[in-house]
Amino acid sequence: MTLETEIEDGLASYNFAYLDEQTKRMIRRAILKGIAIPGYQVPFASREMPMPYGWGTGGVQVTASIIGPDDTLKVIDQGADDTTNAVSIRAFFAKVADVETTTRTGEATIIQTRHRIPEEKLTEGQILVYQVPIPEPLRFLEPRETETRKMHALAEYGLMHVKLYEDIARNGHIATTYAYPVKVEGRYVMDPSPTPKFDNPKMHMSDALQLFGAGREKRIYAVPPHTNVVSLDFEDYPFEIQTFEEPCALCGAHGVYLDEVILDDRGGRMFVCSDTDFCEERRAEGHRGHLSGEAMEAAE
Amino acid sequence: MYVAVKGGEAAIRNAHRLLADRRRGDRSLPSLTLGQIAEQLALACDRVMAEGSVYDRELAALAIKQARGDLIEAIFLLRAYRTTLPRFGYSEPIDTGAMQVERRVSATYKDLPGGQMLGPTFDYTHRLLDPSLAGDDAPDDPEAREGDGVPAMRVSDILAQEGLIEADGETGGEEIGDLTRTPMEFPMGRDTRLQALARGDEGFLLALGYSTQRGYARSHPFVGEIRIGEVEVEYRMPELGLTVSLGRIRVTECQMVNQFKGSAKAPPQFTRGYGLVFGQSERKAMAVALCDRALRADELGEDKFAPAQDEEFVISHSDNVQATGFVEHLKLPHYVDFQAELDLVRRMRGEHARKQGGDEAMPEAAE
Amino acid sequence: MSDEPLLRVSGVSKFYGSRIGCQDVSFELWPGEVLAIVGESGSGKTTLLNCISTRLMPTAGTVSYRMRDGQFRDLYRMGEAERRFLMRTDWGFVHQNPADGLRMSVSAGANVGERLMAVGERHYGNIRETAADWLGRVEITEDRIDDQPRSFSGGMRQRLQIARNLVTGPRLVFMDEPTGGLDVSVQARLLDLLRGLVNDLGLAVVVVTHDLAVARLLSHRMMVMKDGKVVETGLTDRVLDDPRAPYTQLLVSSILQV
Repeated sequence: MTLETEIEDGLASYNFAYLDEQTKRMIRRAILKGIAIPGYQVPFASREMPMPYGWGTGGVQVTASIIGPDDTLKVIDQGADDTTNAVSIRAFFAKVADVETTTRTGEATIIQTRHRIPEEKLTEGQILVYQVPIPEPLRFLEPRETETRKMHALAEYGLMHVKLYEDIARNGHIATTYAYPVKVEGRYVMDPSPTPKFDNPKMHMSDALQLFGAGREKRIYAVPPHTNVVSLDFEDYPFEIQTFEEPCALCGAHGVYLDEVILDDRGGRMFVCSDTDFCEERRAEGHRGHLSGEAMEAAE
Repeated sequence: MYVAVKGGEAAIRNAHRLLADRRRGDRSLPSLTLGQIAEQLALACDRVMAEGSVYDRELAALAIKQARGDLIEAIFLLRAYRTTLPRFGYSEPIDTGAMQVERRVSATYKDLPGGQMLGPTFDYTHRLLDPSLAGDDAPDDPEAREGDGVPAMRVSDILAQEGLIEADGETGGEEIGDLTRTPMEFPMGRDTRLQALARGDEGFLLALGYSTQRGYARSHPFVGEIRIGEVEVEYRMPELGLTVSLGRIRVTECQMVNQFKGSAKAPPQFTRGYGLVFGQSERKAMAVALCDRALRADELGEDKFAPAQDEEFVISHSDNVQATGFVEHLKLPHYVDFQAELDLVRRMRGEHARKQGGDEAMPEAAE
Repeated sequence: MSDEPLLRVSGVSKFYGSRIGCQDVSFELWPGEVLAIVGESGSGKTTLLNCISTRLMPTAGTVSYRMRDGQFRDLYRMGEAERRFLMRTDWGFVHQNPADGLRMSVSAGANVGERLMAVGERHYGNIRETAADWLGRVEITEDRIDDQPRSFSGGMRQRLQIARNLVTGPRLVFMDEPTGGLDVSVQARLLDLLRGLVNDLGLAVVVVTHDLAVARLLSHRMMVMKDGKVVETGLTDRVLDDPRAPYTQLLVSSILQV
């Protein structure tokens, strides 16, 4: 056999959604275990994927294991459908699984995300797949896997509060703004992936299934629908989400997470929805922000 | 703007076209053939095969070409291909004692059965740039002589005859660890650890091995033997009760003879560090052997204080495909997280300014 | 004192291969009682301390502890979760080197507050107030509450370690050469402080020391060890003033000569 045909054969024989069925079964078992023990990090034999570690290999493996031909996939990075890595992952699944893709949150059955939870409330039957870089919430307090596993097993989470205490003692308030640790169903402390803490309340009692995949660290965990997810805090320093002083400059939305866009070199800036789909739909409905006209022109 | 609000798709497409162009370079020069890469950059192919953990010289050559000579990228390409291959089973252990040896040196004996063979080595070359290689001068044919038919006995077997060295380790049953198929767990068995080291980054393991020589977990190593050559890979088909040969592969094996150890029960014996890699790379094989020995600190009841002895540290960070991915992911957009930090820092600066202002009279029109 | 002991140690031995760590040690410790284990280095006193504080599994023997519900429990038959909970609530352990017992890169306040948070205290203000109170009790001024122990002197670190251990109101504290490595004047002050705290809180203490002066100042009863075995036990004053075992006589006389 010549080299060329061998490679061609290799390409031609890629399975639906890239992973072989045996691997998918292994990953589904890990997912099921994760759902059965909410917030518990299930080790799995993460495969090498055709994208680099740290670029969503965990999320991609989870998505590849649960996706079927009838699914509609949405992929976001930083809340946006058009960021390069989201485009790349969406194109990957369009190619290897030939599924329908969408940017509409409401239309998607599976949403793979990096760093955000969509603003639109997720509904029953939807699955949100998070890409997770470091699944261990205790990692930066205790680098050793053998030790952190023991701490989880014994629910020894005092150290987590020591970190929050230090924040308040030093800064006057809890200075963790993203990857803000949560306690799931009163048992496991979990890293919500580096989403801004603004999104933490959306995880609580969500109607959708939330799956977390960490490829490089070889862990899968899950928050089943209607599960208690509480952000860690102190009684007298309760958990608070970020608030923005102004609404989205394009669609005028309040109470959403905003990105800061630098407009010029004289300190001019505007704040716009990080969730691009949410913003577009609002504008389609006729909502306008104070800069929507100008920004449209500038984009032309 | 690399995170265009629109047009990400077109940007990626164009970037990849430019990459293809740069990969080809000056069109007036002939394109490299895979054969040229496989033959003339053979050691690069060896490294890509070893750390990519696929023994296929042509695929390695293709990966190197596709990666523009970036070996870690080439290793990544090969790994991503490997992961899709079906797994039929595991071969029989290779017998390096039956190796058709091309190079074999021992530092512990002046001479030994089978002899010392230098083989195709850089050792004792003077590192002077050779202008003749800029051209296409054919080198002289190598010297060849008939072998004397004496199998090159392993140095570990020579020492083992007197019981002077610890025996080959047990693999702990018929199941052998495979970290590409089962979740990695710490502490791990030596089989899985050796697999991780064999796939590990040459530079990282070299530095760790070096650190053990400089006192960070010294193990008094002697090169018992390094051998490079071809071995048979055999597969036993349990259904048919047959063992068939799948072909030959070139490997480098390093057996390090280390500090002896005894106890009330066992008389003193030398311990061993072991390294085996695909292709010809004694630097890597030696580094693996040093690391393997250092990582046996717990098993051998030694004090653990050095980085090379720390299994979680070494194994978690030795894989260059993982390392490069995670380091390089920092260039992905992080503006959502950054926004959160920005907001916090601004808020804290505001609080700070207010506190300062409380102490002294507020300046008018604070701009 | 209560009519039942707090800790029962019976027949505890620890062997390292054929070498003896400690051999066949039995004793009882009563609530509020301070027991000193003295001996030269290598006498097995630290091995024994580690065996009875569940830091080192003994080769033979049992160690049982009277829990707050009054029931005696064999420490080595408890689950790990329960044992670790006991260690951070009802027990304390003061290491010779404070760095072993403190988080050096965490503020003094959080060092003291950690145990409270570990048992579920979730009010920052209360935690801080309690921490400040305990810092005061070990003579660390409140303005040091947000400083890290690495900026503290050796004596201060040791006092901080003591506060960190006592904050949950333990009934039993183990101490391993608590004044070792400190200047003589600092030692005296620390001993004074310890004696006051032990009396005020009615703590039971097992203190390991090679320093007979520490034993005399702190302990009610003492146990003299040599080569892993207990050679003499008795009330501290009696043992020091009227040692019976020849080894104890030697030990006491060598000290007195200094």
